[in-house]
Amino acid sequence: MAGSAVSMPLGEGAGILPPRANLLVAAVAAATCGALSVALGLSPFVWVLITGVVSLAAVATWSLVVEGRRRALDRAMTVLVVEVFVLAMVPLASLVYTVVAEGLARFDAEFLTGSMRGVLADGGGAFHAAMGTFIITGVATVGAVPVGVLAAIYLTEYGKGRLKRAITFFVDVMTGIPSIVAGLFAFALFAIFFGPGIRLGVMGSVALMVLMVPIVIRATEEMLRVVPDSLREASYALGVPKWLTIVRVVLPTALAGIVTGVMLAIARVIGETAPLLITTGSIDSTNLNPFDGRMANLPVFVYQEYKFPGVPPEAYIERAWAGALLLILTVLTLFLAARLIAKRYGVEIRR
Amino acid sequence: MTRTTTQKENPMVDAQTGTADHVATIPGPEASAVEADAKRIDTENLDIYYGDFLAVKGVTVSIHPNKVTALIGSSGCGKSTFLRSLNRMHELNAGARVEGRVLLDGTDIYSRSVDPVAVRRQIGMVFQQPNPFPTMSIYENTAAGLRLNRRKMRKSEMDAVVERSLRGAHLWDEVKDRLDKPAGGLSGGQQQRLCIARATAIEPEVLLMDEPCSALDPIATLAIEDLINELKKRFTIVIVTHNMQQAARASDYTGFFNIERSGDPGQLVEIDETEKIFSNPGLKETEDYVSGRFG
Repeated sequence: MAGSAVSMPLGEGAGILPPRANLLVAAVAAATCGALSVALGLSPFVWVLITGVVSLAAVATWSLVVEGRRRALDRAMTVLVVEVFVLAMVPLASLVYTVVAEGLARFDAEFLTGSMRGVLADGGGAFHAAMGTFIITGVATVGAVPVGVLAAIYLTEYGKGRLKRAITFFVDVMTGIPSIVAGLFAFALFAIFFGPGIRLGVMGSVALMVLMVPIVIRATEEMLRVVPDSLREASYALGVPKWLTIVRVVLPTALAGIVTGVMLAIARVIGETAPLLITTGSIDSTNLNPFDGRMANLPVFVYQEYKFPGVPPEAYIERAWAGALLLILTVLTLFLAARLIAKRYGVEIRR
Repeated sequence: MTRTTTQKENPMVDAQTGTADHVATIPGPEASAVEADAKRIDTENLDIYYGDFLAVKGVTVSIHPNKVTALIGSSGCGKSTFLRSLNRMHELNAGARVEGRVLLDGTDIYSRSVDPVAVRRQIGMVFQQPNPFPTMSIYENTAAGLRLNRRKMRKSEMDAVVERSLRGAHLWDEVKDRLDKPAGGLSGGQQQRLCIARATAIEPEVLLMDEPCSALDPIATLAIEDLINELKKRFTIVIVTHNMQQAARASDYTGFFNIERSGDPGQLVEIDETEKIFSNPGLKETEDYVSGRFG
């Protein structure tokens, strides 16, 4: 901040606050309010709340006196934005902390390698559920990605008129389908052929596919749109047909973004519980065949352990937390992989 | 498309506008002296539309083989639109179409039996902004036209084509040690020469250039102009430019597009040898434009 106000008529307040004034004020406010709330016996929640309000007011006032109105407003807004950001981060931090703290107790070798077959109380693991989640989500991805990418190619490269508008509309509608409805759809679909009471891993995949397709379409569409037309034209001008231009020029240029989009779609559905509860069912032993009966998976495993604990309940609750931790780690890995791919293989698109 | 074995003697060809009151004539090239192995383009009463809007009206012109024809005129008068109609790039815009004929050595490129993709293989194009493919290396960019068309070719042959094209674009010495590096790392002028190498690698007959230097600095511009002078030995070149000196320096023929009032279609009002256009044009409006009195 270059604070040399030379021409006075244009501004008011020639002074300047010390560097990191905002942070300084916040720290002082936190300390004072902390002491105050200990003295008055207030809860930490109230302490944080009044710290926020007090530091905002203090920064604004101090700056108004020293620096003038314009800079005071700027500082007040900066502090406000930071505070709101911190507020938004609170649930995330709290969630990660709780899951790690509770989940670590049973996050051991047995948990990662064993199933629940024959486990009555202690011990047991989520290997069967982790494999189930892997297979169910994998099959859903294999189904959803081609459909989604091809639909997006149609929408950006070929579609026009009513059909395009209709597809765009229905993709929007699909985005809003509640996950339980997708589960019921898969259940009803398979019930037609195999009768009610059918439970298969692949039914879960179908339900997840319904949820994934619109996400993949949206993400891919977005990425294809930012591929500059000048590249398409360069390819056409070389006498390359349109379909080959899409395959060899447009898709490679957008590839990193599409892969990221797919990863995010996977992360979005991998924790879905409701549709899997009614389609894959729950089972204690490891089943690696999605076409053969019930198939365990992490979300349902967590739900079952937590909702229907045996005796003593601690072992079940601990397994539920460890399952939740495993799920979070999986999603985190996917996010990191997505970022890495985007960074490594992404091409800078200049407009 | 097969090359029609037409008569090579070039009669005096008329370039006339839709209004027909000013008719310009272009002298043909000095007959057989040139190694005329590129193709000629003739347009007949070419009307170019965007939807219902007539953008360019009644262009009848002959573009001589192995010559550089520059198109000048103020912005929005249809030079680029006309250029893009010569290799059927114009119709890529929604609702865009043309009426009239464009003949490449006598074959109408707009006839129903002609594949626009095949037309573009014979009539290449270089754009205003350098647009190398960002996912490809310098080598791959140069070879893109051959590779994307899946022409089967041995590695050594491909190497030879790439080297020849890059040398032809005066770029070889600057990039020969980093052929496998992404093309995005080159400077603007180098990228544009790479685009020229890419366009010439598939050995088209005609090269269309749409303000190829407008995004470049003066030194890079001169490099491209030198290059154009050499490329005309192998190709027929049509270049759109806003730079009058460039037209004067680099072209053999110059065509002047004008528009009477805003909203009217653009027209090719005069085309002649460059020297004549810049020294003694046939029309007052051309005179005004090339001497800077316009608007």
